[in-house]
Amino acid sequence: MALETTTIEELREIAARYPEKRSGLLPMLHLVQSVEGRVTPEGIETCAEILEITPAEVNGVATFYTMYKRKPVGDYHVGVCTNTLCAVMGGDEIFTRLKDHLDVGNDETTADVDGQKSITLEHLECNAACDYAPVMMVNWEFMDNQTAESAVQVVDDLRAGKEVTSTRGPRICTWREAERVLAGFPDGRVDEGPAAGPASVLGLDIAAERGWAAPGGAQDDPTADGAAPAVPEEKSERPQAAREADDQTAEAAAVEDEDPADTTAAEKKEAK
Amino acid sequence: MGTIDTLTPVLTKDWGTERSWTLPVYESRGGYASLKKALTMAQDDIIAAVKDSGLRGRGGAGFPTGMKWSFIPQDNPKPKYLVVNADESEPGTCKDTPLMMASPHVLVEGVIISSYAIRANTAFIYIRGEILHVIRRVQAAVAEAYAAGHLGKNIHGSGYDLDVVVHAGAGAYICGEETALLEGLEGRRGQPRLRPPFPAVAGLYACPTVINNVESIASVPSIIEHGADWFSSMGTEKSKGYGIFSLSGHVTNPGQYEAPLGITLRELIDLSGGMREGHQLKFWTPGGSSTPLLTDEHLDVPLDFEGMAGAGTMLGTRAIQLFDETTCVVRAVLRWTEFYKHESCGKCTPCREGTWWLVQTLAAIEQGKGSESDLDLLLDQCDNILGRSFCALGDGATSPISSSIQYFRDEYLAHLTHGGCPLDPAASTVWASSLTRSGS
Repeated sequence: MALETTTIEELREIAARYPEKRSGLLPMLHLVQSVEGRVTPEGIETCAEILEITPAEVNGVATFYTMYKRKPVGDYHVGVCTNTLCAVMGGDEIFTRLKDHLDVGNDETTADVDGQKSITLEHLECNAACDYAPVMMVNWEFMDNQTAESAVQVVDDLRAGKEVTSTRGPRICTWREAERVLAGFPDGRVDEGPAAGPASVLGLDIAAERGWAAPGGAQDDPTADGAAPAVPEEKSERPQAAREADDQTAEAAAVEDEDPADTTAAEKKEAK
Repeated sequence: MGTIDTLTPVLTKDWGTERSWTLPVYESRGGYASLKKALTMAQDDIIAAVKDSGLRGRGGAGFPTGMKWSFIPQDNPKPKYLVVNADESEPGTCKDTPLMMASPHVLVEGVIISSYAIRANTAFIYIRGEILHVIRRVQAAVAEAYAAGHLGKNIHGSGYDLDVVVHAGAGAYICGEETALLEGLEGRRGQPRLRPPFPAVAGLYACPTVINNVESIASVPSIIEHGADWFSSMGTEKSKGYGIFSLSGHVTNPGQYEAPLGITLRELIDLSGGMREGHQLKFWTPGGSSTPLLTDEHLDVPLDFEGMAGAGTMLGTRAIQLFDETTCVVRAVLRWTEFYKHESCGKCTPCREGTWWLVQTLAAIEQGKGSESDLDLLLDQCDNILGRSFCALGDGATSPISSSIQYFRDEYLAHLTHGGCPLDPAASTVWASSLTRSGS
């Protein structure tokens, strides 16, 4: 079935955000998923037409990125991080429990049951919330510090259609609605949830308690009022004096300064 | 050993503030003052200030940021672009995500100043797609900045124009590699490009392009506001300034700690309340899983670029993942290796095939199958990947393996003699520690 006119207009609108329209392809595929529930052949054809590339080229992109799904995704996408740190902290146990509880395997969707929402379960790689391990994501919203029991409660609530709120974010929308935001169409939930979760501000809290701040004037945190900066003002007091210097980096940098073509080693490491 | 003995909240300073992500709150705390100052400065003076500050890339490689900017050939008539790498996905790394969630405007302000300095009229923020609320916050911050005249045409009467596009990725670790990121941003499969030409010469759309990590760009407003000397007064001789250290795993209080570079793990563990009760540190990553593991022998090594290089590893993204004695190092390393295999983009043979073979060999050892010579086989496989793969993903895949064999060879062998893992994975979980605590 062909996409609706409004969707096609929105796809064109995405492409027009960029100096070269093909750059819009990733968000365009997110929009396709938001209306189709997955990347469909029709969605691929439409993107290809708009971008004046072949469907095979679009398909090549759609199959490269893990967030694009070929099979229909449920009302909610539940991801459990099983990369090393979360796995060790309990992610493996959570994922096993959810597979068992929902009676699905990895990247599978619960059977349709009348009056119940469906869930697609997947194990995830690191989702950049390691200080809240074990981490679960619902439609790419953070569910921090999970246990097997709390995770089961979350999926039960989702299936029952109850409102679920991210542990440091907004009320959870549906997977399709989330995909629409990723396509660049805000949903008005930006002001929900806190600025940060508790782990994110631990260092800040300690600094405030102890009156620590960056040197002179950098801090204007009212919670650190009146506290004198604990940082030594004199450079000579700083710890580097006691430390051995490694000249290699500076030398490499100096060489690279003269010849940008020699940046191989340093730039290569930029991968991560 | 010298001690740092302080935390220096700069990027994190507003994270505890109500509605810190909104423009009025950011401006009430001094936000966008640096932009106004920067717009009165000569563009080359901004580049010089960032160079003089000693700021080195916060995305892992540590390349001097100001130097990167100065590589942009200003006599090239093509458009120049700034691309922010917000594809935070190195295992253990979790600093840019809370930064963009709580303080998106410090990133946006940094983007405007940096773009102005390199004479870019379009900038992109490439955010991994799996952090929805972060994307909402950055989208909103950009919209607010336009409405306030910080973005768009003739910014604050300066004659300078800038457009910023927030771009959501779609799930690919490799897009953290800067040339693969450019491919993703051009609507292609995220596979790295051959260099040279470097992005500074031919990057996005074959135009001169600077690609910087979120934290690097977010550090720029503070350098403009307080000066290069202020920034370089923090940190160590060659690793200047502050950085966010992310502690995760078996510490009492995992979280974000912003400190001068050169702080030690001993100091950080102390600040986070020690290792979880009744347990000891066994191994840790200084900057994500691609940086070789260290052990409790390295508690006092300065966490700066030189200190970590001296210990045979890398500072990386300061993603410190701590594991105690309950954790099986073979299990940990196998899981990371499976990750690299999954994320290998398939472009080059050493990485595509090599990571597959690493998983086969490691998985067998973990199950207690194989022989001691398989450890040599593993190291041989690593040798065939390290330095031979197209980009650093393959190199990174070998880091946990070779370093863990270096420090924990006996534990690998114990799997063979024990016929499997000698440790109980249940003992490593968060709830195991709470059981211990409530029972003690």
